[in-house]
Formats: sequence, structure tokens, C-alpha cells
Amino acid sequence: MAGFRVPRYAAMLVMAVFTLYFLTPLWWLFVASGKKDGQVTEGRALLPDNFALGDNLAGLFRYNDGVFLRWMLNSIAYTVGAAALGTLLAGMCGYALAKYVFRGRELIFNLVLGGVLVPATALALPLFLMFSQAELANTFWSVFLPSLVNPFGVYLGRIYAAASVPDELLEAARIDGSGEVRSFFTLAVRLMAPAFVTIFLFHFVAVWNNFMLPLIMLGNERLFPVTLGLYSWNSQVNQHPELRALVLVGAFVSIVPMVIAFLSLQRFWRSGLGAGSLK
Amino acid sequence: MRKAILFFIAPFGVLFTLFYLIPIGYAVWQSLFTVERTGTFGPAREVFGGLTQYRQVFDDGPFWQSVGRVLLFGVVQVPVMLGLALFLALLLDSGLVKGRRFFRLAYFLPYAVPGVVAAIMWGYLYSPNLSPFTAVTSNADLLSPSLVLWALANVVTWVYVGYNMLIIYSALLAVPAEIYEAAKLDGAGVFRTAWSIKIPMVMPAIVLTTVFSIIGTLQLLAEPQVFRSFSSAVSSTYTPNLTVLSAAGIPNFHLAAAFSVVLALATFVLSFSFLKFTQRKGVQ
Repeated sequence: MAGFRVPRYAAMLVMAVFTLYFLTPLWWLFVASGKKDGQVTEGRALLPDNFALGDNLAGLFRYNDGVFLRWMLNSIAYTVGAAALGTLLAGMCGYALAKYVFRGRELIFNLVLGGVLVPATALALPLFLMFSQAELANTFWSVFLPSLVNPFGVYLGRIYAAASVPDELLEAARIDGSGEVRSFFTLAVRLMAPAFVTIFLFHFVAVWNNFMLPLIMLGNERLFPVTLGLYSWNSQVNQHPELRALVLVGAFVSIVPMVIAFLSLQRFWRSGLGAGSLK
Repeated sequence: MRKAILFFIAPFGVLFTLFYLIPIGYAVWQSLFTVERTGTFGPAREVFGGLTQYRQVFDDGPFWQSVGRVLLFGVVQVPVMLGLALFLALLLDSGLVKGRRFFRLAYFLPYAVPGVVAAIMWGYLYSPNLSPFTAVTSNADLLSPSLVLWALANVVTWVYVGYNMLIIYSALLAVPAEIYEAAKLDGAGVFRTAWSIKIPMVMPAIVLTTVFSIIGTLQLLAEPQVFRSFSSAVSSTYTPNLTVLSAAGIPNFHLAAAFSVVLALATFVLSFSFLKFTQRKGVQ
């Protein structure tokens, strides 16, 4: 075994094969969303042919008073709002658990860690019952409020705060007369910035992908996130074949914002993703 | 100081209590009740039933079949997915691959696709009369009862390999370079270095991704739910979560709550025993 060399071309060949596996379905979705009337088997399957993406997009955004645009905006509101606020709250809590010694600290941390292991879907049903009793089910808040809570973010926040915010710095700030809260917002937030982006990204993806909570909570189509909307269209395709083209082009449009977010935040997720597993 | 600590912890703490702790307690509470009627058309009353619902859960054949199904799924899919993720991470880290930035991005991209959308896309690719890959779909019906579970496994694998690869790869990047120097001097090849040094060093990352994968498997919902419109082989009780959903749809919330509680407990037991197992093995 010792000294056995793997030729470079073999390694590159393996990488190329997996690139095809990961990217071909996405490429197909792009091609299929340009097929006229959703006729995915017409013409060449994996190359644009009589490309009608523009018409399909127009149809998508016109259908049913532009309900698709509404779904996209809902998704963005649920996701960006919950991830931004949720990241701040999780980061603050993780920071306090890392930087202060107080009674009940370990109890709180263990409860939160237990929260990481709770299947989020086991919460969806009791949440629905609670929100129904408060007559808040089937509202924006019934999906938004539970989405704010991110126990894994607290766990990551604690690890990052312990690693990147030196106690001496906080002590120096104290001597200079800076309050604890001010030190957090002026010093710690800056030092923990990569952590915040990582927590935000994880949270963003989790809320964007969440399916069971909106499925259980929402009856009103105007409140759907885009995932639930596409699901409802897709399950009506057999009765309404004209929806097929909309499902395909809608699926394609729905992943564009995430792809843009991934590309533009690359610098952060490339370095930050592994940190949760180091400790 | 106390005020500051409260300021940092209270906002998260209140939300965590409201939307995590109370719902869990509420589910347990609800699962202890049962609905009684006097006669067939009499008014329904909620009465305390103790463990009645749990007896129903344990007698529910389809539920345990669905549990068996996701366990089978997990036993195969989780090792395959994480094995692939580890293999690709090691390959990326081996120094043999050019264009690492491109591959990292290309492999991670499916993670940007929500489960619902990934399932819709693959559903089309699998359907014999819609798929561009007719050479495959005309020879094997991937949506048939015997294959659809593995067709679903492929969807989940496709979405999460890159994500898991990235977590393992980031852990590999954090291994100090000096450790490799000694191995090089000893004449260790690519395989030897990977097996004896790299894999043990990234074991914590592998444990973490395994725990998340176990939790994810027991929670399978979006993909099978979408597949119901592509394949009649996916029933309304195909996975435990689908069973919860259909019990809630009857509506029998007390039974659905009991299903949720059992499912949450099973998840806890499985992920905890996996963590304990790895700790005893000295992986930490």
C-alpha cells in the first residue's frame, strides 16, 4: 500500500462523474421549464428546443391573479425575517452561555441541546392545536413565530463565542466603562460575524425548506410559502394538466433566490460550515 | 451583570419555552385523552383515557410498518450518503483534484433545492412517460412498490451528499499540516494517510452528520408526500410522519399526538444511543 499513487486523471474522472450526477437534474429542470405547455417529452430532452421560457414565465406570474409571486414573497418574508431575527436571538443566547458563569447555565444549555434532537415535525401538530385554540392558526404568525427558534444556532453561537471573543477584551471594555450589552453589540458581534452568517445560512435553509409546519397550519392559499404552493399545484396535475408547465417553471424559479444566496455568501459558508463539529 | 444575562437569554428563552417546551408537554397531555360518544351520533366528549391512545399506537400495524420502512431506509441510505460524502471530501483534500472551488460549489448546490422541489424534479425524471432517461425508466419501473423506497433514497442522497461533504471537508482543512509531515516521512501513500490519519481526525464531524441524518430519516415527510402524486405505491402511512398527518386529518388529534410522542422518543433514543456508542468507542 505504502507509496501507491492514484493517477490524477482517475481522481478527476470521479469528480466529473459526480458533477454530472449533481448538476444534470438541475439542467434538465432548466430545459424542461422552457418547453411549450409543459410538453417535456417533445423535442430534445436535455437541450433547449423551441425555447419558450419567457412565455412560461409570463404564464406563471399571470396564473390565478399572480398567486405564484405572492408565494415567493411569502417565502422571502417567512425566511428572511425569521432567519435574521432568529440568528440574532440565538447568537445572543449562545454568547451569554459562553461568556458568563451563572446558576442554571448548564441546565439551559442541555435543554437547548435536547431541542436540537427534537424532530421539528413532532412539534408541528401540538403547535397547530395551540394556535387553533388561540384562533391564530392559518395566519402569517402561525408559521413565522415558531420559525424564529433555532436551538442549533445557540449551540453554534456558544462554540463560536468561546473561540472568537477573548475574555481579556471584554474585561478591558468593562474597565473602560462599557456596559455588557454595549460590549456585545460593538465588540462581540463584529468578532462573531462569520458565525452569524453561518447560523443565518443554516436557519435560512431550514425555514425555506420547512414543509410540515405550513402544511398543517395554513389553509389559505394566499399565505402559502412557495414550497407548499408548488406541492399543491403538483398534486392537482392529474385533474388540471395545464398546471404541469407551471409546476416545472415554478420549481425552477423557486430555487433561483437560494442559488443566488449560496453564490454570494460562498466566502462564509466555505469556512464556517465545519466549525460546529470541531469541538 | 444579572440584568445583562437576562437580556441576552430571555428573548430566546421565552420563544424556546413557547414553541418547543410547551408544545412537547401539550402533545403528551393531549395524547392522554380520548373522545367518547354516547351511541353513534351522540355528542363527543373528551375524557381522560390514560394510556389508551398508546395502546392503539402499539396495536397499529401500518404505523410500525412505516417505522420499519424508514429504519430500513436509514440503514442503507445513511451509510451510503455519508460514505460518499467522506469519499468525496477525502478526494477533494488529497491534492489530486484541480478546480476544488468549482466542485465544492457544484456538489453543494443541490442543498439549495427544497425537499419538495427536489422530489417534484426527480418524480418527473423517474416517470416512464416523462423522463428523458427512457433507457433506464423503460427497463425498470423506479416508482413500483419494490423500488420506490430506493428512488426516494436517491432524492435524499442527491440533496444532502454535498452538504455533508462540506462539513467533513471543513474539518479536514482544520487538521494541522505538521501531522501530515510525519506520515510523508514514513512513506505513507494517499490511502494510508486517509485511513490512519484523516478519518480519525474528522470522526467528530462524521458523528455529527450521522446524528443529523438519523433525525432526518425518521422525519421523512416532504419527499414521500410529493411522491404520492407520482406513484400509487406510496400510501398515506408510508412514513411515520405521514401517519401522524393522516391521523390528524381524520381528525383524531389525540391519536396523532400519541404518534408524535412515540416518534420523538424513538428519535431521542436512537440519536442518544448512537452518541453514547461512539463515546464508548472512544471517538470524541
